[in-house]
Amino acid sequence: MERLLLSGNEAIALGACHAGLKLAAAYPGTPSTEILEAIAKFPGIYAEWSSNEAVAVEVALGACYTGVRAMACMKHVGLNVAADAFMAASTTGVRGGLVIVAADDPGIHSSQNEQDSRNYARLGKVPCLEPSDSQEAYDFARSAFQLSEEFDTPVLLRPTTRVCHSKSVVMPSPKLELERTPQFSHEPGKLVMLPGAARERWRKVLERMEKLTIYAEKSPLNRAVEGSAELGIVASGIGFQYAREVFPNASFLKLGLTHPLPDKLIRDFAGRVKKVLVIEEVEDFIEQYLRSQGITALGKEIFPRTGEFSPDIIRDSAVKAGIIDNTPAKSWPAAGLARRPPLLCPGCPHSGVFFTLSSLGHRSTLPGKKPRPPKLTICGDIGCYTLGAYQPLGVIDTCGCMGAGISQAAGMAKAGAAEKPLAVIGDSTFMHSGINSLLNAVYNQAKICVLILDNGTTAMTGHQGHPGSGLAATRQPAARVIIEELVRGAGVRNASVVDAFDLKAVRAELRRAMASSELEVIIVRGDCPTLTRKRSRPRIINTEKCDNCGACLLIGCSAIKKSESDGIIIDSGACVGGYCALCQQVCPKEAISESIGEAV
Amino acid sequence: MKTQNILIVGVGGQGVVLASNLLAEAALSAGYDVKKTDTLGMAQRGGSVVSHLRFGEQVASPLIAAGEADLLIAFEKLEAIRWGHFLKTDGAAVVNDLAMPPLSVTLGSDVYPCDAEIVTALKRFTPEVHLVPGTATASRLGNAKMVNTVLLGYASNFLPIGAERLASTLEAGLPPKLRQPNLVAFETGRSMYLK
Repeated sequence: MERLLLSGNEAIALGACHAGLKLAAAYPGTPSTEILEAIAKFPGIYAEWSSNEAVAVEVALGACYTGVRAMACMKHVGLNVAADAFMAASTTGVRGGLVIVAADDPGIHSSQNEQDSRNYARLGKVPCLEPSDSQEAYDFARSAFQLSEEFDTPVLLRPTTRVCHSKSVVMPSPKLELERTPQFSHEPGKLVMLPGAARERWRKVLERMEKLTIYAEKSPLNRAVEGSAELGIVASGIGFQYAREVFPNASFLKLGLTHPLPDKLIRDFAGRVKKVLVIEEVEDFIEQYLRSQGITALGKEIFPRTGEFSPDIIRDSAVKAGIIDNTPAKSWPAAGLARRPPLLCPGCPHSGVFFTLSSLGHRSTLPGKKPRPPKLTICGDIGCYTLGAYQPLGVIDTCGCMGAGISQAAGMAKAGAAEKPLAVIGDSTFMHSGINSLLNAVYNQAKICVLILDNGTTAMTGHQGHPGSGLAATRQPAARVIIEELVRGAGVRNASVVDAFDLKAVRAELRRAMASSELEVIIVRGDCPTLTRKRSRPRIINTEKCDNCGACLLIGCSAIKKSESDGIIIDSGACVGGYCALCQQVCPKEAISESIGEAV
Repeated sequence: MKTQNILIVGVGGQGVVLASNLLAEAALSAGYDVKKTDTLGMAQRGGSVVSHLRFGEQVASPLIAAGEADLLIAFEKLEAIRWGHFLKTDGAAVVNDLAMPPLSVTLGSDVYPCDAEIVTALKRFTPEVHLVPGTATASRLGNAKMVNTVLLGYASNFLPIGAERLASTLEAGLPPKLRQPNLVAFETGRSMYLK
């Protein structure tokens, strides 16, 4: 039999493809991004990067109304954006199967919060499936479509970071060949949610839950693994895999369908064992249900309520609670090591504007010089450019959620902030929900300065396309929305475009915009270097001219290094050279120049 | 066979994930159950990157528990210490002799440890510590980027997967142009241990 080594995300994509998927829509977000990237490579399936998650769900819902199978993918915070569309889908139900993937991020590896999407399943009264490895990611994606059509409901598939981004063996099943011609048929009672119809549909949604509850009892998605009667573990998702490592002899009730939960199955299981432990990441979703059923169980009293689980964490928690006694001697990480936070890449177009903001705003000082009180209020947003918050740049004062920076700046201005606030947003985030915030700023005449850092891609998640990129999910050319035309069309009178690598121009434009009493939009444009891979002669430091002042270090370029023995040097393997040359522009001694020799 | 736990660490952009994918594919083709996962900070370059690889008869967790790694392959010295506590007392550490000082060091707020400190720190966990001139060897062979292959070659001496299988998996994963030089790099790395 064929054995593939797939990540959870690749497995979801393959499972959906083998279930006859016709359309997939997503907005990129770690840890969910690779699902749509994988789907875009399959022939015969339409795959798109939607401008945001609500749009993605709406696109998928529309497709499923024509009778085909459709999917929308996002990360947990994306489901907040899509919540309205999600509830709408729950209410009308489906025609063809509809699966909504929300990938949770326990431990906040790359998110702004940690939230448990299973709560949305409860809110929307839809089934929730939790895979615990790639094989289940594959199988559950297939089952989800089947459940969706059988029960006339969207299905929430909830993997977590460790399932999405781990690879394990998948043995695929035969591909379903669905013969479906997309066709819309009129049924206002189901699809037009005027109050009269909506009341009727909601009654059907409640009936659906009753049927699903009966189904949950016998579903193969939930299974008991018999072991010792001393300890019974109820677990879902990756927690099940960790628990198997730590308690090899226990009995398990492994729940793949965690909403609705199987009442009788849980009760029978609990009755067969002396002690029940619930192991689930993030919230006590299953545990609370057990308690509500009068079943005595231990869960969050022992195991953390926040952060990602690991076999270590589960073992330590169980030892502390006296459930297991022996623990192997443990080693601890070395203390006080130099930290290594992620950085903007060498040649990043955001570096120049952040360096300029930093120097105008007193955010960083030369090594050995005293810091000054910071100036400028800078509202940030979600993307690579959030890294501008790290030293030496240190130019982000707020960062909440996608598209919030512009609105926050407007709020500050309207509240009467003495200083003109700046908002910094990337091109993809601008298309996602920054547009809404900008429209609001125009309408309400907010006197702010908006910097749209346009690197032509969704860089943070790995160069996905968006409406301003001219690139489709399949990497084929797409129509391109021109940001400056859009901005002017939205009513912004002062919109300018500046070259990200021309520091003088960036500085002059920033000074002008901050002095102006109008709403100003500056589009700072420069391609993402890791996408274009443009390189020319790397820069080199003339050690005779260099006095080690450290001005070049303030750009925060990882190609520029300082060592005890050699002073400041530029790593020729990392430097992108003439494409960037920011360091050359900031050196007061003119010690940095083009290296002589072949272009790298 | 007892489950083998291999931790590969380095700095974003060094190819940690690529190397662990390659080993995982080799383990799969050798008939094992395989699980692997990469834990990255944000999806960006320059940060600390660690990849967990486990294979054996049957594997449950993709994450290795601290103190359980049979083999630590580090592409950078500071990262070797950062993840050293994952090593078993009879595990082996194969460490590339390369320093990439993070910006916190460059800006003077942190200090980069010297070689003696690095070896001492790792020997707290296991006596089997190998500081390998991987980057220098790869450069000598014509391309510093082949450092991963040199290190994999060296580390192959500690793996229960045949060198031929590793080499052919490596070959299959590379564009034709890079195959021959990388096979040489693999063999060179492998023989560096035997010397």
